[in-house]
Amino acid sequence: MTDANKKFLVGVYDDDDVALAAVNKIKSAGVKIYEVYSPFAIHGMDIAIGHPRTRIGIAAFCFGLTGFLCAITLTTWTMGIDWPMVIGGKDPLSYPNYIPIMFELTVLFTAFGMTITFFLSNGLGPTVEPLLFDPRCTDNKFVMAIDLSKNKMSEAEIASLVKASGAEEVSVKQV
Amino acid sequence: MHVTSPVRTPLVTGGKTYADVTEDICKQVEGKPTKEWKIAFAISVVVLLYGTCCLFWTWWEGLGVWGLNKTVGWAWDITNFVWWVGIGHAGTLISAILLLFRQKWRTSINRAAEAMTIFAVICAASFILMHMGRPWMAHWALPLPNTFGSLWVNFNSPLVWDVFAISTYFSVSCLFWYVGLVPDLATIRDRAQNKVSKYIYGTLAMGWNGSAKTWARYEYISLILAGLSTPLVLSVHTIVSMDFATSVIPGWHTTIFPPYFVAGAIFSGFAMVQNLMLIARVVYKLEDYITFEHIEMMNKIITLTGSIVGVAYLTEFFIAWYSGVEYESYAFINRATGPYWWAYWAMMTCNVISPQLFWSRSLRRSVKWTFFISVIVNIGMWFERFVIIVTSLHRDYIPSSWAMFSPTMFDIGDYIFSFGLFGTLFLLFSKYLPVINMAEVKGVLRTTSEQLPKKIAGVSKADRLASPAYKKDAE
Repeated sequence: MTDANKKFLVGVYDDDDVALAAVNKIKSAGVKIYEVYSPFAIHGMDIAIGHPRTRIGIAAFCFGLTGFLCAITLTTWTMGIDWPMVIGGKDPLSYPNYIPIMFELTVLFTAFGMTITFFLSNGLGPTVEPLLFDPRCTDNKFVMAIDLSKNKMSEAEIASLVKASGAEEVSVKQV
Repeated sequence: MHVTSPVRTPLVTGGKTYADVTEDICKQVEGKPTKEWKIAFAISVVVLLYGTCCLFWTWWEGLGVWGLNKTVGWAWDITNFVWWVGIGHAGTLISAILLLFRQKWRTSINRAAEAMTIFAVICAASFILMHMGRPWMAHWALPLPNTFGSLWVNFNSPLVWDVFAISTYFSVSCLFWYVGLVPDLATIRDRAQNKVSKYIYGTLAMGWNGSAKTWARYEYISLILAGLSTPLVLSVHTIVSMDFATSVIPGWHTTIFPPYFVAGAIFSGFAMVQNLMLIARVVYKLEDYITFEHIEMMNKIITLTGSIVGVAYLTEFFIAWYSGVEYESYAFINRATGPYWWAYWAMMTCNVISPQLFWSRSLRRSVKWTFFISVIVNIGMWFERFVIIVTSLHRDYIPSSWAMFSPTMFDIGDYIFSFGLFGTLFLLFSKYLPVINMAEVKGVLRTTSEQLPKKIAGVSKADRLASPAYKKDAE
């Protein structure tokens, strides 16, 4: 997750709109925001913070393609090469009949691949200890974390900026 | 920024705040099981045990204990299988198709509906295993290299497609459900008072902390899973219908089957969601989350799909006559006027006439009527499958082999097994997991809750508190 012993300034907000507006305000003052934690998805928050757009969609396409190719290989090998059989007077290898298999395997591979990618890319796993600046961020609070070592401004300056942007509580945490 | 018109009725009533949502939903997970829950659970387990005994005997003795005969080789087993799979369509429809259509009312019901889907598919799968007779050979349905030579499963067969469709549907539904659960599990983890529940929910929550980056990916993966599940949910019952439609039995061999089965599946699935949600909303005091608005929306879908099913019945009948195939015509005339006329008319009454009552707004918004009609719809949908399967088979080409089907106690007992299984699983879910998707409900709260201030983007809290709009709302 993060390197040990980093100092973070933590601002707790009460409202998602206020938090989003605060991110824009603090960003424009030249402060780098580490992350904002919220109990639900706030649209546009990742863009406001300046996170790059997620590329998880590319992974989806790759997994889907893998599944599709697996289905083609499986049906071609079993029905056409390993043990060809004439069924219902049709060609042993009749692809239109395998469309359901191709579709299902494409979906299956994409779904599993995406879910695994999702957990891995977020660093989530059964034994992972969550990095929680404030445990209320999974309930009703919106928590902003600013990495003090990554910012040139002084702690007091940033704190007053965060306070002015509508934060209810401002504190410093060592992680 | 999404702004909802003030004329829209709120999705969540009672002026709930974010903290209220957490409290209302977590309460039932954190509290001790109530007396009612224990009684309901005990009944489910007893039913399940009785069903397990029947199922044990079915497998021990063989399928001869069922009422099947040489003419009617498929009866309650496949009827029950199709019925349960159909019910299992509503959950993914709600969470996937309604997500793509941006129907925000789905957020209050998607969690429970998806759970229902998963459990219904488990029940359906149990009938697949049952009708195999030798469940220890179930893996023969998979394309595995075997020791009897390099003979593979037949990929031209709809029964093999079905194996792929249902197992894919089941696993994708589980994934979709679990990914949606993770943020809520984290909420429970952070509230947990004792070590055991903190450990269990913490492990399941996978270290979720709700960072903006994670949420962005979460939204993206939800969209992708929804996009995948939408054709998937339609493919499942399409393929189930092909089990029948690709055969050459009069009454089964029709091209209308896929859309007709899918509409029927959504129809019965929503009826089951109604039944479960109407009970859950009273037991867990969720009236503010599952409002009359939600009930009405679902009833509209029931009326729509019920009407599609009705049109399909009439089309089938018309085509049977219009095709000029006498075997086909006979199969349909026999359905309506033969020895199984009562099943046919039960199906017609329950599925075609009863949902039309929902054209009345007061009936649509009545809890009692909704519950009653939902039960009727599911009885009707069971009869639909019974009519399709048994009445198409029982009078085949040679009159000397015509026969009737009568269920034995094992046919009935195995059906009871599925109810016990479904009830037990659903009760465990409703006690130990949040029945409403808290994170998604919180997301729609702002645009809908009447008490909270209107969206004023970019205004600081201090300014907003001073604004007249807030004061007016707070009153």
